[in-house]
Amino acid sequence: MAYNFAFLDEDTKRMLRRALLKAVAIPGYQVPFGSREMPLPYGWGTGGIQVTAALLGPDDVLKVIDQGADDTTNAVNIRRFFSRVAGVATTEHTADATLIQTRHRIPETSLREDQILVFQVPEPEPLRTLEPREAETRTLHALADYGLMHVKLYEDIAQYGHIATSYDYPVLVDGRFLTSPSPIPKFDNPKLDRSPALMLFGAGREKRLYAIPPYTRVESLAFDDHPFEIQRWEQQCELCGSGDSYLDEVVVDDRGTRMFVCSDTDFCSGRRMEAQA
Amino acid sequence: MYVAVKGGEQAIARSLELLAQARRGDTAVPELELAQIRQQLRLGVARVMQEGSLYDEDLAALAIRQAAGDMLEAIFLLRAYRTTLPRFGYTLPLQTSAMRVRRRVSGTFKDVPGGQVLGPTYDYTQRLLEFDAAPAASVTPADAPLPADMPRVLDLLDAQALIERIDAGNDPEPVDLTREPLTFPADRATRLQNLSRGDEGFLLGMAYSTQRGYAESHPFAGEIRMGEVDVCICPEELGFAIEIGSIVLTECQMINQFRGGNGVPPQFTRGYGLAMGEGERKAMAVALVDRALRCEELAEPNVAPAQNQEFVLSHSDNVEASGFVQHLKLPHYVDFQAELSLLRTLAAQHAATPPPARQDEVGRRCHGSAAAPSQACSTPPQPSPAKQERESTQVQ
Amino acid sequence: MSALLQVRGVSRLYGSRIGCEDVSFDLHPGELLCIVGESGSGKSTLLNTVAAQLAPSSGSVQYRQRHGGWLDVGGLSEADRRRLAREEWGFVTQNPRDGLRLNVSAGANVAERLMALGQRNYRQLRDIARGWLERVEIDPTRIDDAPTSFSGGMQQRLQIARTLVTQPRLVFMDEPTAGLDVSVQARILDLLRRLVNELGLAAVMVTHDLAVARLLAARTMVMQGGRVVETGLTDQILDDPQHPYTQLLVSSVLTT
Repeated sequence: MAYNFAFLDEDTKRMLRRALLKAVAIPGYQVPFGSREMPLPYGWGTGGIQVTAALLGPDDVLKVIDQGADDTTNAVNIRRFFSRVAGVATTEHTADATLIQTRHRIPETSLREDQILVFQVPEPEPLRTLEPREAETRTLHALADYGLMHVKLYEDIAQYGHIATSYDYPVLVDGRFLTSPSPIPKFDNPKLDRSPALMLFGAGREKRLYAIPPYTRVESLAFDDHPFEIQRWEQQCELCGSGDSYLDEVVVDDRGTRMFVCSDTDFCSGRRMEAQA
Repeated sequence: MYVAVKGGEQAIARSLELLAQARRGDTAVPELELAQIRQQLRLGVARVMQEGSLYDEDLAALAIRQAAGDMLEAIFLLRAYRTTLPRFGYTLPLQTSAMRVRRRVSGTFKDVPGGQVLGPTYDYTQRLLEFDAAPAASVTPADAPLPADMPRVLDLLDAQALIERIDAGNDPEPVDLTREPLTFPADRATRLQNLSRGDEGFLLGMAYSTQRGYAESHPFAGEIRMGEVDVCICPEELGFAIEIGSIVLTECQMINQFRGGNGVPPQFTRGYGLAMGEGERKAMAVALVDRALRCEELAEPNVAPAQNQEFVLSHSDNVEASGFVQHLKLPHYVDFQAELSLLRTLAAQHAATPPPARQDEVGRRCHGSAAAPSQACSTPPQPSPAKQERESTQVQ
Repeated sequence: MSALLQVRGVSRLYGSRIGCEDVSFDLHPGELLCIVGESGSGKSTLLNTVAAQLAPSSGSVQYRQRHGGWLDVGGLSEADRRRLAREEWGFVTQNPRDGLRLNVSAGANVAERLMALGQRNYRQLRDIARGWLERVEIDPTRIDDAPTSFSGGMQQRLQIARTLVTQPRLVFMDEPTAGLDVSVQARILDLLRRLVNELGLAAVMVTHDLAVARLLAARTMVMQGGRVVETGLTDQILDDPQHPYTQLLVSSVLTT
């Protein structure tokens, strides 16, 4: 069966692009859209896939990562899907990509103005675990009434001495909308702030799109006297020696011996190649 | 020496080979033909069409075979295929009153004009496994053909002004839920669409709850009918309606507890359900949940799960539910690493802190468990009645 | 001094049943008005209508905002209603469980409105919360306890702290001491009297108890069957009631 370029029909792409334009015009605001059923299940990146499908052109170079790696099963599956329905060039090198679809990480390599980062989002509503009703959270956003979230952060400090959120850490976009950056580790939050790249977020199952335009202010919520802090490791990457990238913990034997390696596989292999040269 | 794990592509390719092998099973056994599935698993086909939102028996049969009998997987296949189909337009509303009835029963009267037509149903069987192959059935010819006119039981009640009248004239144009996202509050047409596409098991449970005190509405099966209904479209080029085929439908109209008051005389209220093929259980479940979700317009207190729009409609779609539940199988090790890191920090702090000197038993815990710091802070502080005003019956 | 609240001919009907009918009054800054009546008198309906919880069937409620502009309370959008409730008003409910976040600590309950208005220093928030807990006579070491572990009287005092921490210009109170033990009631009334004076609050309070009116309110309105039957200075009304219903109320208090 012959599919339209990138699987979706042109009307659907137009619908998506209109929603994306609206999202870019209102940074951090969740735009409802008519999400379609895709050949991958809801919860597995259908939102990101629809955004990518709407934007992809024949000259694009696509990179797909999951947990920072190009070779995890979900990334492989999505890359195969686009190879099959769009035939675009794909790459593992962040610097060579024009469009990067990601699940749960932002690449370590700094992004440029000519690049787009598409995030897969499971739950677009940052207040959802605090308030299950959609009608209510919609009103809270309209009023910029984010008391619930501040209460949650206050309680964390009262109970633990720290804010107890380590990923999907809520941010305020352009000083207006409380937004979920998707389940990236809070380590990656600073990369959102005033990035040269366009950042687009797609939630297929929940049927929402949102955007952080280039060079937009993005603040992670905190208190003045309990400022936002990222994770740090004592160790360095055992493969490339990096001391300031996000590290995966790998258990290497049955005695529990652990080693730490970069989560971003392209970043890590790039550093190793440089070191050998 | 540790080597970074590669080979995901290869692993997937091998996995697909294993899947193909498992799907086919023992090659000495003949492969299932679509015609067999259509004919002998017709009720499975009906369910897949209904929840796949696509009336095509061959495609549904194909999906069932490809899914190795996993109905939710088959439904998913059909839905994904549906996305690729071009849209020509919308049919005219289906006239179920003109249905070529094969089964029509009513629980509200012993006999009704047109009769109680039993049709092909498991209702009157004893559920005994038949170990010998069923003999080829021959059907005794009927004494007389079914009457052409089968007036609806509810129309009889309507003629005596005993059942609420639904004003179709004032109904807004329905939203297409396959094209537009669901928003709340949802009107009745939108809710019915969502329920029709929804998982039969989930809706059955919700419907069952309404019979056990969770928003009891004292339902009666006013009429259930099954048969062929013509499908008509009105193409622009022609300017008049033409029939393009017919489909099998099951329609259920429930008669529920009577209301009245505020100038309206006491009347029975309605619940409605429609399913493709012979989907009686589904149509009945939809009708019961439809009635429960009408609590606001019927001024009933909204207290039970089946009455909670957001709860029912957000969780009825099994393609969404299955995707999200199963997505937990995807790698989550980066976020898990972040949680580990946080937990180790807190544990180290805890170990370094001397035990508290306070005497009283009242704990420092404000939440249920340390593992869930974001437990619901969901009770709104102000007595805000949201959209509804508090119609307090006691005037102080 | 210009009025803070102007209520003119407000009626609220339930179908054909009268909740309250044709009520008018003004409220000035620093003034506490008590609305007194038995069950069924219409006092809670009136309070809820004036406080924008219900829309009036007829009549108008006008509120003068902090920046001076007048607002038609009856025609407010949900967004404006919530903003008003957050920034300029307070509402103390009869049952404190309706006005608190029960599974969140006492400290968070008090700090919430401050955070909603932009306060971002954790230490200061806690200091203010502890200060208010002391002010409403709750042991400040209970700042991290959830209100579910508090007695009814403590919960009510916590609700008062939570409501008053942002110094709202106008506070509505719906029988804030009903359902509490008599001794506990007395403490809370004393507390309210002190706070109203210290903060110079304007308030409208509903009660069935004349003694509460006597203790707290400069002015009182007596309601029966949805209508105001007598209004004036509290002392005058209680010492020299004119309307037969008021006389009945006053005399029934004296005989118990």
